[in-house]
Amino acid sequence: MKMESSQLKNVYFTMNKIRKFEEKALHLFETNKLRGSVHLCIGQEATPATVCELLNPDDYIASTHRGHGHCIAKGADVRLALAELMGRATGYCKGRGGSMHIADVDAGNLGANAIVGGGIPIAVGAALASKMQKNGKIAVSFFGDSATNEGVFHEALNFAAVWKLPVVFVCENNGFGISVPQWESTAVKDLSVRAASYNIPGVTVDGNDVLAIAEAFAKAAERVRAGEGPTLIECKTYRWMGHWTGDPQPYRTREEVEEWKKKCPIKRLREYLIENGMATAEELDAMEKKATDLADEAEEFALNSPEPDPEHVLDDVFYEGGDN
Amino acid sequence: MAVMSYVNAIKETMAAEMRRDEKIFVMGEDVEVLGGIFGATRGLAQEFGVERCFNTPISESAFVGAGLGAACAGMRPIVELMYMDFAFVAMDQILNQVAKTRYIFGGKAKVPLVIRGQQGVGRGNAATHSQSVEAIFMHFPGLKVAMPSTPEDAAGLLRTAIRDDNPVMFIEHKQLYIKKGEVPDDPDFMIPFGKARVVREGKDCTIVATHVYVYKALEAAEELAKEGIDVEIIDPRTLVPLDVDGICNSVKKTGRAVVVHEAHRTCGIGAEIASTIMDNAFMYLDAPVVRLGAKACPLPFNLGLENAVVPQTKDIIDAVKKTLYKA
Repeated sequence: MKMESSQLKNVYFTMNKIRKFEEKALHLFETNKLRGSVHLCIGQEATPATVCELLNPDDYIASTHRGHGHCIAKGADVRLALAELMGRATGYCKGRGGSMHIADVDAGNLGANAIVGGGIPIAVGAALASKMQKNGKIAVSFFGDSATNEGVFHEALNFAAVWKLPVVFVCENNGFGISVPQWESTAVKDLSVRAASYNIPGVTVDGNDVLAIAEAFAKAAERVRAGEGPTLIECKTYRWMGHWTGDPQPYRTREEVEEWKKKCPIKRLREYLIENGMATAEELDAMEKKATDLADEAEEFALNSPEPDPEHVLDDVFYEGGDN
Repeated sequence: MAVMSYVNAIKETMAAEMRRDEKIFVMGEDVEVLGGIFGATRGLAQEFGVERCFNTPISESAFVGAGLGAACAGMRPIVELMYMDFAFVAMDQILNQVAKTRYIFGGKAKVPLVIRGQQGVGRGNAATHSQSVEAIFMHFPGLKVAMPSTPEDAAGLLRTAIRDDNPVMFIEHKQLYIKKGEVPDDPDFMIPFGKARVVREGKDCTIVATHVYVYKALEAAEELAKEGIDVEIIDPRTLVPLDVDGICNSVKKTGRAVVVHEAHRTCGIGAEIASTIMDNAFMYLDAPVVRLGAKACPLPFNLGLENAVVPQTKDIIDAVKKTLYKA
């Protein structure tokens, strides 16, 4: 399967949107305007942008603590997303979730998830509902490399495999579980081999290569939409920033990070689009500029948004009836 | 009215609700052909097909989490935990995910999920299959908690749980499954959450009791009546929400209270209820509230040892007398 040039350009724009959004979030964090645990996916944008480009608006995703990319790629309004990161009343979760729990249920995003592996069975459940409702929707479970060492990963893959549920498991392997390199925590090199235990296809791709991700995901999506069951896709990538915004990163060298920056997925797709005559430099510059403008608008929106009213702090613990 | 057992009241309520709403389905360990090890799902797979009542792998985190995901995606799952002790294997999903989803999503998701199963001593299941776990779920906000003691309450509360758009921990007791009683035929028979049942009216002391302790409290009441002591027994039926007024109004009338449950006394629901009584009815109390619960000890296998750990009828009698300064 080859992505159309229009789709590739969408992916390019989405990657830029994520990058500029996160640079903005980092800036706000460093200037003490944004607090809490913020996990950036700068350098890893290719997987969320590509996978979500190949989903329908009503398909489901469940995300991770490093979830801004998934949220934006699934269609979030960056203004509401940044407002949530800043805990404002206008945020997606009315300031109750923050970066680690941002959700956009109307767009099919069943939430970032601050527990490693915690979102995997939730995506499986959404897929179960789709299968029962015969509505053709599929679910994508995003998770990191370390989640594959959690019991719930294995439970959920087995469950989904037994029932041939319409869910694709997408592992973003950025090489580290916080400070611990994969080789130190994990008995296998390619995490996709873990699919063998569940008798489902497992494939490892270059997670900074949009075309490779698209090919693997399209095949997996076709398979689940045909009712043939899940696939595990491992996308090998690298996070440029620390695990969180305050991470001193003593566990790796600057040189290693700089080497990976040369493999920037955005730069790579840009070169591909230009070399293949799919887009001009000016066109792509305009997209980048638009992404920057959106991030600026989001900042202005979030900074001017009200704080949530403590009077309503107990609202929504339970559904009490009414519209939502 | 039909006379049926507690376990059949649960089964019949699920079946009736599944007939009414095809979004409702049941999953759990051995719920299909076996019908659950206590028979609570017997016949459901036959009537509704294995699409709507199906076995899961022994993977509590996966199937509780899948229940949550399915609930967010428009279904109304009933998840059976074979023993409530197994909730501990799925605690991340229950406490970090199920309980919090609606709130941390800013109220933009509904989680109509029932997690049900049985707990308690009495069948020689020993330390990891006999625990009473309700206090944990009462502690963390976001879950409703029901624990019926009669077939009628089981039916009425379960129907309310299934029709609720919030997650409910529906806690049954293994010893109560064979208990028989009348259950209304009304297909919409529901008992509202947060409404305690007055099991026995009396004037001298209030006993707040749950599950099998409702029956032990009745035994104690009979003995105490022989000595001229007239107790009132209140079964809260749901812990979240808790009928604070129902409990406290009884205590205001009697001036005395004993709270008894099978769960460990330390940080048990008795502590919360006793404190609630103090908050709301302190000036009416003629004696300190007495709490009874299991000793701070894992539940042993041997029956004599098990009985030594959990409260007995005599303990309730003694506790009531203590509040009356007769012990």
